[in-house]
Amino acid sequence: MTRAVKKLDLDPVTVRKVRSLARKAGRPIVTIAKQHTTVSVERAVLRLAGLAGADTEGIPWVNRLADTVRADVGLEHGLALPVWDALLRGEAEDLSVLAQKAASGSVTFRLPEGRDAVRAQAAARKAAAAGMKKVDGRRRERDRMIKKHGDPEQRPWIYLIVATGDIYEDIPQAQAAARAGADIIAVIRSTGQSLLDYVPEGATREGFAGTYATQENFRLMRAALDESSRELGRYIRLTNYASGLCMPEIATLAGLQRLDMMLNDSMYGILFRDINPIRTFVDQRFSRQIHARAGIIINTGEDNYLTTADAVDAAHTVTVSQLLNEYFAKEAGLEDWQLGLGHAFEITPEIPDSFRMELAHAMLARQLFPDAPLKWMPPTRHMTGDVFRGYLLDGFFNLVGAMTGQGILLVGMMTEAVVTPWISDRDLALQNVRYVMGAAGNLHDDFHPAPDGFIAQRARQVLGESVELLERIVDEGLLNAIGDGTFGLMKRPQDAGRGLDGVARRSSQYYNPAIELLEEAQ
Amino acid sequence: MTIIRPYGDTTGDGMVQMSFTLPIPHDKRAEGAAIQLANKMGMDPALVVHAKPMGPDFTFFVVYGPVNHLVDTDKVEVIERDYPLLSPKDANLAIRKGLRRRLTIVGACIGTDAHTVGIDAIMNIKGFAGEKGLEYYRELKVVNLGAQVAVPELVRRAKAEKADAILVSQVVTQREAHVLNTKEMSAAFREAYAEDARPVLVAGGPRFTEQMAGELGVDRVFGRGTTPGEVASYLVDALVTRRKHAPVRRTA
Repeated sequence: MTRAVKKLDLDPVTVRKVRSLARKAGRPIVTIAKQHTTVSVERAVLRLAGLAGADTEGIPWVNRLADTVRADVGLEHGLALPVWDALLRGEAEDLSVLAQKAASGSVTFRLPEGRDAVRAQAAARKAAAAGMKKVDGRRRERDRMIKKHGDPEQRPWIYLIVATGDIYEDIPQAQAAARAGADIIAVIRSTGQSLLDYVPEGATREGFAGTYATQENFRLMRAALDESSRELGRYIRLTNYASGLCMPEIATLAGLQRLDMMLNDSMYGILFRDINPIRTFVDQRFSRQIHARAGIIINTGEDNYLTTADAVDAAHTVTVSQLLNEYFAKEAGLEDWQLGLGHAFEITPEIPDSFRMELAHAMLARQLFPDAPLKWMPPTRHMTGDVFRGYLLDGFFNLVGAMTGQGILLVGMMTEAVVTPWISDRDLALQNVRYVMGAAGNLHDDFHPAPDGFIAQRARQVLGESVELLERIVDEGLLNAIGDGTFGLMKRPQDAGRGLDGVARRSSQYYNPAIELLEEAQ
Repeated sequence: MTIIRPYGDTTGDGMVQMSFTLPIPHDKRAEGAAIQLANKMGMDPALVVHAKPMGPDFTFFVVYGPVNHLVDTDKVEVIERDYPLLSPKDANLAIRKGLRRRLTIVGACIGTDAHTVGIDAIMNIKGFAGEKGLEYYRELKVVNLGAQVAVPELVRRAKAEKADAILVSQVVTQREAHVLNTKEMSAAFREAYAEDARPVLVAGGPRFTEQMAGELGVDRVFGRGTTPGEVASYLVDALVTRRKHAPVRRTA
């Protein structure tokens, strides 16, 4: 990986200080996450154990089963004990029959005690371990394919978005994008999926501004990109979204279908989808543990703050969020190479020295996280419909990417905010990237900002503001800071938001075989 | 002069540039096809200045040439602004004098739309295009509910806040979702309020045109490029100057 390490003369004491502040701010959240469970974490266990499919209304069997168990014994003990107890009692021969019986009301669940509990625990663990084995197998499969086909020759990797709403339209588009130079294909989800408290089933052809994330869609697209990888002689990565109310389940499905990257931000759902903070942090921790196990690279969503708050005034909130995302990620077992921390080119172009500030912010992120494949996001807010000016702006965005050694570059479209990208938009955008990378891709070798120049000073200023903000967050608590609009100007109190009714405090008998397996490995 | 033609570098030259993709491989026939299309669009002679294959099955073209159409500006239909444009100071003054209380504006992105860019540009103090947003106006009480607000929730909050006006934004849309969402919103407000007590309903977003107000059931539609000052001026005109809707009376 090309790096712009140690180009900014950052005070190592300050750098250590922001990290330790982030740890302090995040630790109470982890404690809360460990004390709770959610419906989606529990359904993820069922998915890991192999329960798939949906009833005639399209409601997944995992939801049907989970809802019945919850109605009988509550959520606080986890689903594993009552579910596998029922199987051991001979209520059904497998999970799928049990779910059907549960939905029709012909099974009653109980919380097993004593020897029954021990047996149920062992059976649940065995079932979850079988799923975990599949996830591990997928990871090895990826390693083999990368070895065979190779990684992209250049950094940053080129990230392109596909979003037709129809998986069968997405596939040829994704393959064409890969042929045109994309290293990573992201299939944008249908608007609103994050607010569904279930994962839709099967191959889908109807979506709004995107395609539903389903296990079958994942499988179809991964298979198509495996074909492209063989054709092109480089491994094409597939990205989707582990966010919203079903984050743990989608992370599990991603692990089972060998997705390579998942969008997974620690606070995005809270801030931009008004999902309850506790629900988000519990779901997020589990999904990150799964991602860690599956060898998936997460992409965090700091770019979003800059679309609502000012990119200059709020620059330090990006840094703070990156630090928090890093803390939560590592706590969940992810390694540096799996941290696609996000940031974006969103400073108002009319501001004097806007490009120098962009450079300063990008270099700061690069230097604070030298081993993370940072994800560099293109301008959206200042794309006005003037496609000619937008093309120039994207060129400057690409130049910052080249000069600061970014790991993942989301290709900007000049028609951003006008239309979903046309075939020609994508081609022109890739020409833009190739020109800049070809002409200036190695510029980072020569580029050393003056130690007391504008760029270095701006980076130090943002770092200093990050320290101040983190100190405030540590003082008042992260949940309170989120509650009063510190990030992206959104105010999200911890006792409100969507999905709160799917959260339960774990009882002393709580058992979750997936978490047990994941934490043993850590 | 009411008859005009496009202008390249000489009055009356009619010059136009355009770009498009044809779903055929790049060869001489493809360039001929591009010229044929341009001719049919009224561009004659058409000059293909750039043709590039995009993968094996598509070709991208840039074409220049004069168009033989004339435009009569007298026949252009627009909705002219029918309210005076006020500075924030004048808007505040008009509210203070005319109402003797603050106007309450509740805004939201409704439906599944999570793109608050539009509503934020109008409402946040930061504003848009060099104009401060509605939060900057001292006589406006602004409640921005943010993204993905369900219509019943919007109605509930509107009642709780005793809203004088509702601003909804729809940015990202597919299959006419922006139209359906906005109709649902206006119908809900008409059901929840007596017509004379109903807040002024305003919809905004890049896919709307001003002519759509009737279809959508709202009082006003603002399209792409609207500034906060225009919205504030309209609200003052509708709620203070004309009092088309009697503002909700405060009890306390």
